[in-house]
Amino acid sequence: MDPAATWHRLHPLSPVIRAGRLFVGAVIVFAGTLLPGSHTTESGAITRAVIGVVVIAFGVVSWLVTRWRVEGNDLRIETGLIRRSSLRFPLPQIQAIDVVRPVLARIFGLAELRLRMGGATAGSARLAYLTASHADTVRAQLLALARGTAIQAETEESPERVLVRLPTGRLIGSLVLGSPTVTVLVMAGAIAGAAALSPRAAIGILSSSSAIAIGMVTVIWRRLNGAYNLTVAEAHDGLRVRSGLLDTTAETIPRGRVQAVRMVEPLLWRPLGWCRLEVDVAGRQHRGGENNPERRQLRAVLPVGSRQEAESLLARILPDAPRERTRPPSRARWKAPLRFHNLSWGHNERCAVTTTGRLARITSWVPLTKVQSLRLVQGPAQRGLRLATIYLDTAGYSVHAAIRDRDADEAREQLGELTVLCRAARSAQSLR
Amino acid sequence: MRRVEVLGATGLAAASVLVMTAIRFVTGGPVDFAEAVILIVAIALAGFLSDRWAQRRVRAWAYRERDDDLLVRRGVMVSRLSVIPYGRMQFIDVVAGPIERAFGLATVRMHTAAASSDARIPGLTQIEAGRLRDHLAQLGEAKAAGL
Repeated sequence: MDPAATWHRLHPLSPVIRAGRLFVGAVIVFAGTLLPGSHTTESGAITRAVIGVVVIAFGVVSWLVTRWRVEGNDLRIETGLIRRSSLRFPLPQIQAIDVVRPVLARIFGLAELRLRMGGATAGSARLAYLTASHADTVRAQLLALARGTAIQAETEESPERVLVRLPTGRLIGSLVLGSPTVTVLVMAGAIAGAAALSPRAAIGILSSSSAIAIGMVTVIWRRLNGAYNLTVAEAHDGLRVRSGLLDTTAETIPRGRVQAVRMVEPLLWRPLGWCRLEVDVAGRQHRGGENNPERRQLRAVLPVGSRQEAESLLARILPDAPRERTRPPSRARWKAPLRFHNLSWGHNERCAVTTTGRLARITSWVPLTKVQSLRLVQGPAQRGLRLATIYLDTAGYSVHAAIRDRDADEAREQLGELTVLCRAARSAQSLR
Repeated sequence: MRRVEVLGATGLAAASVLVMTAIRFVTGGPVDFAEAVILIVAIALAGFLSDRWAQRRVRAWAYRERDDDLLVRRGVMVSRLSVIPYGRMQFIDVVAGPIERAFGLATVRMHTAAASSDARIPGLTQIEAGRLRDHLAQLGEAKAAGL
């Protein structure tokens, strides 16, 4: 079967699942209003039923008018009844492909395919929903097209080599020692303190902070769900990250699409020697709307792990990370007293690494081929101390590598050197 | 350009003080001329200082086209120097607001794939801005590099 020839439709059950997601959301919203009074009238129930039917009808119509196919090197999606829109996604520009399976979709054996494109506004292409096995083959085909190799009749799943598997116990431990827990403890302490002073105020605080508590629970749940049973594997078409407890995601990041890698070592994890490794990919992730778990901006390839694990994984993602680092001059202590003990940076011909952070130590690796522009910035305090900061701008979403508080002359020199190195790295890449 | 804005703001503030005084005079309220004069003098002084400041800022703004990249320097308090390779430019804007247009000026803005590397060169003549834009676009096309 040649997928290029025909138009495909999404799975007929997709409107039901979309409506189902909405329904779950609506139940959560209505549950709040129902609890205290619980005076559901019949007309209210009817209105809700009508709303439900209308939503499903809309879903069916949108399913009817949506179709997609692969045209040459583009993925084309046509959708919309009144406003027809025909979207064209050039496959060679794919930054990552995700297969997302929310709970409901898993029950029906369906999956959503999500293509992340570069660019701030272009966003992502979504095919929701396909059957799970079809989604996998389509993913493999699209990746093959993105690489420029021809599609085989049945592109089968490529063999993988598992790099990391995350033990659940450690994940829970990391959540216990995470920042939401600290916030809860601080809040509890504050409430206890207030209770000691005046009990009535404490009750007020308690009732008003329930919203925050719910927020905390969702944050913790999202992290647990996002990182549960996480596996990082290396396939020939890129890095594959799978995870999820109820909603599962399987993400494929093609080789050479990683814009930056970041390692975070929070203060509370340091006695245990744990850290988190995150990769940054160009383009914004699909946000809001139907899929909340995707709202996190960085993909943690290792949500919590030992330094050795992180380093071995890093060596797979960025094989030529620089080893040596130099520290800023000691007068930088006056400008950045909290950061100073973490500051350092290093580079070689391929990659630059910087370390910063006040409480958590944050190490960022940026391949020089991915550097978009360089900035040398010197603030008033820095001028007084003859210091300067170099920023390495990448197309990634949230890794900002900055070589902070270097000696001003050295920084100027390094800016020139980095410019030359980046140019060399770029031309080496375009030759390949 | 900045100067015009500063002078305009100063003039506006001074005029409003005058109008306020006049209104009070006309309505027969108690008028404190000394107060008004002090206010106007203070505004003029502030205007003068910010004009100086704007001049320094404008003078600090500079750009240079090199073989492979564009350098943009700016800032008095916080000095910034950006290096933007031509191959990394995604698109280039030429923007001219109403005041800029009145003086025949324009701002050229360069965008790369990184959101944080926003570089702009204000206060170019419109001809120069157009030339720079075309030149940069041409170079960008010649040296384009993927993400």
